[in-house]
Amino acid sequence: MQIYVCIKHVPDTAANIRPLGGPAFDETVKFIINPYDEHALEQALRIREEKNGSEVIAVTAGKEAAMGTLRSALAMGADRGILIKTDTYFSDSLETSRLLKRAIELDGSPSLIFTGKQSVDTEGMQLPFRLAAFLDLPVVVDVVAFSMAGGVVTVEREGEGGVREVIEMTAPCVVGAAKGLNRPRCPTLPEMMKAKKKDIKIIERADLHIPLPHPTVEILELQAAPDRGRGVILKDRPENMVRELLHLLREEAQVL
Amino acid sequence: MLIEEKGGEVKKTNLGVLSAARQDQQNEVCALVFSVHPESCRGMLQRYGVDKIVAVKTPEPNLVSRPEDQAGALSLAIDEFKLDVLLGVASPAGKDMLARVASLRDAPLVLDCLEIDFSSGIIKKSHFSGRTTATLKLKGRPWILGVRPNIFPEIIAPREADVFTYLAPIQASKRLVIRETRQGAAGGLDLSEAEIIIAGGRAVGSADNFKILRDCASVLGAAVGASRAAVDAGFAAHAMQVGQTGKTVSPKLYLACGISGSIQHFAGMKTAKVIVAINNDPDAPIFNKCDYGLLGDLFEVVPALTKALGQSQLK
Repeated sequence: MQIYVCIKHVPDTAANIRPLGGPAFDETVKFIINPYDEHALEQALRIREEKNGSEVIAVTAGKEAAMGTLRSALAMGADRGILIKTDTYFSDSLETSRLLKRAIELDGSPSLIFTGKQSVDTEGMQLPFRLAAFLDLPVVVDVVAFSMAGGVVTVEREGEGGVREVIEMTAPCVVGAAKGLNRPRCPTLPEMMKAKKKDIKIIERADLHIPLPHPTVEILELQAAPDRGRGVILKDRPENMVRELLHLLREEAQVL
Repeated sequence: MLIEEKGGEVKKTNLGVLSAARQDQQNEVCALVFSVHPESCRGMLQRYGVDKIVAVKTPEPNLVSRPEDQAGALSLAIDEFKLDVLLGVASPAGKDMLARVASLRDAPLVLDCLEIDFSSGIIKKSHFSGRTTATLKLKGRPWILGVRPNIFPEIIAPREADVFTYLAPIQASKRLVIRETRQGAAGGLDLSEAEIIIAGGRAVGSADNFKILRDCASVLGAAVGASRAAVDAGFAAHAMQVGQTGKTVSPKLYLACGISGSIQHFAGMKTAKVIVAINNDPDAPIFNKCDYGLLGDLFEVVPALTKALGQSQLK
């Protein structure tokens, strides 16, 4: 069976994001595979290990620089990759999901599609839902446990207060991975070498012949979010510090 | 507004979101409920500015176990009542449902909104895990918006609410069904909605030691959270993790105990109203980004805090 994993090329979670006016930011920072997508890919690889003859295909839409992230996915173990080349870093989730849908349909027939539960850049939490809607497939995100028997996928979804919902859906379906799902493997050096020889199909966005949709959400501007400054630091015996803290929380901050 | 329910009741976090809807006096606010009895929540909802309460039903019962049908019914309700905006709480359940509705109709969707301007369609939300704030412009209708809990204060704005029942003509789809709901091991308050959170880092040292945080939390009425380091070390469940790959929280008060304060941790809690750091390392980065810092051993400071809170409650 063919398992597609949608991944995203995002700035490192510790990178300093410097806005450059409008939606632009300094893209010379280090980029990584979106952390949740690693859990998605790991799950796909585990299924391939159980089911002989399965193929794992990593798909991304992004600028040419996203090739590096596709190579990381191949080093982790994906069989091959697809890059849909776009000219802007941000694109509307409606457009991205249309591009991914078209690229996946042109490439093969998915038995399963994995994504991360959200990306750490726009934190949109929309792509898995929109992609599933375009493909007319069921979808669950925030998935922390996965199993599959016959044509039925059983997942556990983590909700409020650690509540877990056990959800069944028919395959093919879209699964949005959360961190609790598994522990992603680290590629070994030989695997990184092997990844260099694996196939990456590059599709120009224009060649998908999808009319430019009207964006639903436009990013007007990015602004650095200010940090609060250094706080009032107390240094005393525990009882005294606690007494002072409670006074400050009640009288000054008025949160107690 | 999609009202979030729990055990047949309206959750308290809805009220701040209702106040967000009420910011614009022109808005007419319609509350959509699924299983809560509309009469039982009427008093509360109209007190916070609801003009109309609609109980959404489908021909087949047990709608809450079928999220796809629930989304379908909501989408039909949007048309039936000519709604321009669907608001909801950006909790895990709320985000899921709002995203389902938006994807059914290719509608503009923003989850985790921090500011909403209803006249211009301009929204502010966090991008890059709180390192930047994005100003967004919505195109097309209806807008589907999830509001981050605890961001908008609850404001009483009394109205007279009419009650309606809407039977959405939805055929039950069987392709996605919630079979079972298990209570979490934590069993406690939900982090993303808690007003007070006390969180522990690697310095807590063991799963057993988290008891000192739980003891303090029970006196404070707080939820217990953990840093990624504490979760990865096996001291706390993943559901308790605050930060980049865990929960995003906006409590009134966040007490960080033995947490150094990485960028990734701040991504999850920087919109807390007040941040208190308890740490024995004077160079811990968290002291540079908090409101109050207590330089001391958490194993001494936290029990002292629990004791002092207990004493002040007795008075």
